[in-house]
Amino acid sequence: MHKDHVNLDALMYKYRDQKGALIPLLQEVQDLEGYLNPDTMRYISAKLDIPVAEIYGVATFYSMFRLKPQGKHIIRICKGTACHVSDVDAIKTALMDYLKLGQGEDTTQDFRFTLVEVACLGCCSLAPVIMIDDHTYGKLTPDAIAGILDKYAY
Amino acid sequence: METAVEKTIIKVGLASCGIAAGAQEVYDRLEAYLAENPLPVQLKQTACIGMCFEEPVVELSGMPQGTITLGKVDADNIIPLINEYIQGGTPASHVILAENCDAPRNELLASQQRIVLSNCGVIDPTSLEDYESQGGYQALRKALAMTPEDIISVVKDAGLRGRGGAGFSTGVKWSFARVAPGDKKYVVCNADEGDPGAFMDRSVLEGDPHKIIEGMIIGALAIGADEGYIYCRAEYPLAVHHLNIAIQSATAKNYLGQDILGSGFNFSLKVKEGAGAFVCGEETALMHSIEGKRGMPTIRPPYPSESGLWELPTNINNVETWANIAWILLHGAEEFRKMGTKDSPGTKVFALAGKVAGSGLIEVPMGINIRDIIYKVGGGMKSALPFKAVQLGGPSGGCIPESLLDTLVDYESINATGAIMGSGGIVVMDTGTCIVDVARYFLNFTQNESCGKCTFCRLGTLRMLEILTRITQGKGEMEDLQRLEDLAMNINKSSLCGLGQSAPNPVLTTLRYFRDEYIAHIEEKRCPAKVCSALLSYRIVEDKCIGCTLCARVCPVNCISGSVKNPHVIDQELCIRCGECFKACKFDAIVRE
Ligand SMILES: Cc1cc2nc3c(=O)[nH]c(=O)nc-3n(C[C@H](O)[C@H](O)[C@H](O)COP(=O)(O)O)c2cc1C
Ligand code: SF4
Ligand code: SF4
Ligand code: SF4
Ligand code: FES
Ligand code: FES
Repeated sequence: MHKDHVNLDALMYKYRDQKGALIPLLQEVQDLEGYLNPDTMRYISAKLDIPVAEIYGVATFYSMFRLKPQGKHIIRICKGTACHVSDVDAIKTALMDYLKLGQGEDTTQDFRFTLVEVACLGCCSLAPVIMIDDHTYGKLTPDAIAGILDKYAY
Repeated sequence: METAVEKTIIKVGLASCGIAAGAQEVYDRLEAYLAENPLPVQLKQTACIGMCFEEPVVELSGMPQGTITLGKVDADNIIPLINEYIQGGTPASHVILAENCDAPRNELLASQQRIVLSNCGVIDPTSLEDYESQGGYQALRKALAMTPEDIISVVKDAGLRGRGGAGFSTGVKWSFARVAPGDKKYVVCNADEGDPGAFMDRSVLEGDPHKIIEGMIIGALAIGADEGYIYCRAEYPLAVHHLNIAIQSATAKNYLGQDILGSGFNFSLKVKEGAGAFVCGEETALMHSIEGKRGMPTIRPPYPSESGLWELPTNINNVETWANIAWILLHGAEEFRKMGTKDSPGTKVFALAGKVAGSGLIEVPMGINIRDIIYKVGGGMKSALPFKAVQLGGPSGGCIPESLLDTLVDYESINATGAIMGSGGIVVMDTGTCIVDVARYFLNFTQNESCGKCTFCRLGTLRMLEILTRITQGKGEMEDLQRLEDLAMNINKSSLCGLGQSAPNPVLTTLRYFRDEYIAHIEEKRCPAKVCSALLSYRIVEDKCIGCTLCARVCPVNCISGSVKNPHVIDQELCIRCGECFKACKFDAIVRE
């Protein structure tokens, strides 16, 4: 079980009177714990009297939710139309090489980075585009990747 | 140094696009410089004027030379540029817009009509005073003195149609919500903007949040709602941030909250962040998501106006729709109708991206033709390769060929081509883009984003994707074209929501206008755009090869042989067609066919 429920309890308290608060609650829980682990979901379920299946259903529906541990920094790579026609695949290859990720892997061994694909980052004219945490990088070339990622220490 | 008496105002465009292009560094450099050198200068931030290809963008004003805008500045060149301006001069380079003289982009701005974008890149989006200085919240004051019915009449008479894609009359939609029984009602702003290749809504959310909020307050007043939600995608953190600041300051000034401006009208507004699901842009799914549930679409009727959020009457509109409201209230329906066409009045914001020179955001009157958007407003093609197609409407839309470029931008004309107006994403493609690959790309997108509720949407798109993949790999057969068309029809007929219904559009339009290219892939095993790697081969031209050995060293499967200073040869049996050698050769000795 959980070592420490204080933070979780505080979050649930914060959202106590809000309608439809499950998604923002889970988002904050994920920010707090890095991902949504089954224990946490069961704890929230018991405490808020929401069936576990419902919580699990929401957590699996949205791509923002992660059910396994993720890296400290999230790299979102754009798979939107403008980026697709600007060869974002070459950027992806460069990222996978730098992060030493094999096919089907998304998180580095040292949990420094998790790489996820997203539909469009809304900076299409700077295609190809990636976003690391909340910062967007545009007009990328495969050669620029190492320089950018080096800035993100563990 | 002679100090000018006039005060220069420096505005740095700090929307997320500008920041991605390096605008934050420019701002920080200016801030540090001004801290050390006291100059008659006021440094401000603004959002984005939409000239993405010129980012980072800085505007200088306040001096007798008039307002000038600089493009492609950086932390190194900005200081001399502003000093020149402060001393009364006009920089010789980097000027893209100028009030009092010719500048390369003056015409670009002049060719537009800005209602929705009027404040974007002009005001500081975090400042309520800036918004008020541009006439902000005057429309609300006017609306508070009107009856709800009169407000709805103005919007109806203006002929405003929903900018979220379907183009339904906004005034009519409001009247449904108005007459729906019940005293608790909601208004919602759809800021999910999921179409890949579209970023109009992001720019308005980041650059002029109060305009959306003012529109929503007026809408709430008209239908009788006391609560509203802005559902914003989570990939837009800066938009969420600016919205929250705006809601806070509008509440502090009593534009929101209880007894708004002493009128007795109450309205509160919240931002809800999405959690990454394209289908949540669909209105019923979006409302389920606000309720904290899985964002699965449900069958309509009942429409949101009768039974929406928490089963109460709800009116949902798109960001751009809301952003038109204050202008319409202030200037009247007749003025609005002076722009655009009879059935599609007003303007439309488009996000131009892809292989067009002037990629960015534009706002043009409806009724302009697509050719003018690309060649006049957008400045033509960016690449040396010729135009091939333009994609409108994202994954629900279609690809339009050269021969249809004179199509007018209004809902009906665009629908007639098989594409849709959609939310306003325009992606321009040149002959280096493979049309089958584009169709496959969109199917892959919708297939990934299907919520899985309807069998045809879930499995039909998968089948289409498999067929398209097969074709791009050179394993297609002519019967596949018919199979694609049959599947498309079935998916369209048996899907519950717009995602499934429109998913086949990219395939249907490309089959209609670019059938030859499908046939080239199938019968000749050839990709005319040289994109589909399985259909390409690489060959070394003996006369051109100087035997530098570079290609042999980069080949991941070691299938290039040859000795130093002698022509090399590729073993076609072993070659995996990765193209590395082609990219590496500095002597153009390798051809791709
Ligand atoms: C799959 C799907 C995605 C959609 N995404 C959006 C979107 O991102 N933004 C939007 O405003 N409307 C979107 N819509 C349209 C909405 O369902 C709805 O028609 C719109 O919000 C109505 O607002 P309007 O009348 O102001 O256009 C989407 C529809 C479908 C079927
Ligand atoms: S059409 Fe597709 S996305 Fe829409 S409800 Fe059906 S399965 Fe879900
Ligand atoms: S890189 Fe070009 S020039 Fe050098 S060996 Fe290969 S084909 Fe010949
Ligand atoms: S295309 Fe790739 S595999 Fe084929 S010869 Fe060139 S480098 Fe080697
Ligand atoms: S397509 Fe990549 S940012 Fe929009
Ligand atoms: S630079 Fe801001 S939208 Fe393009």
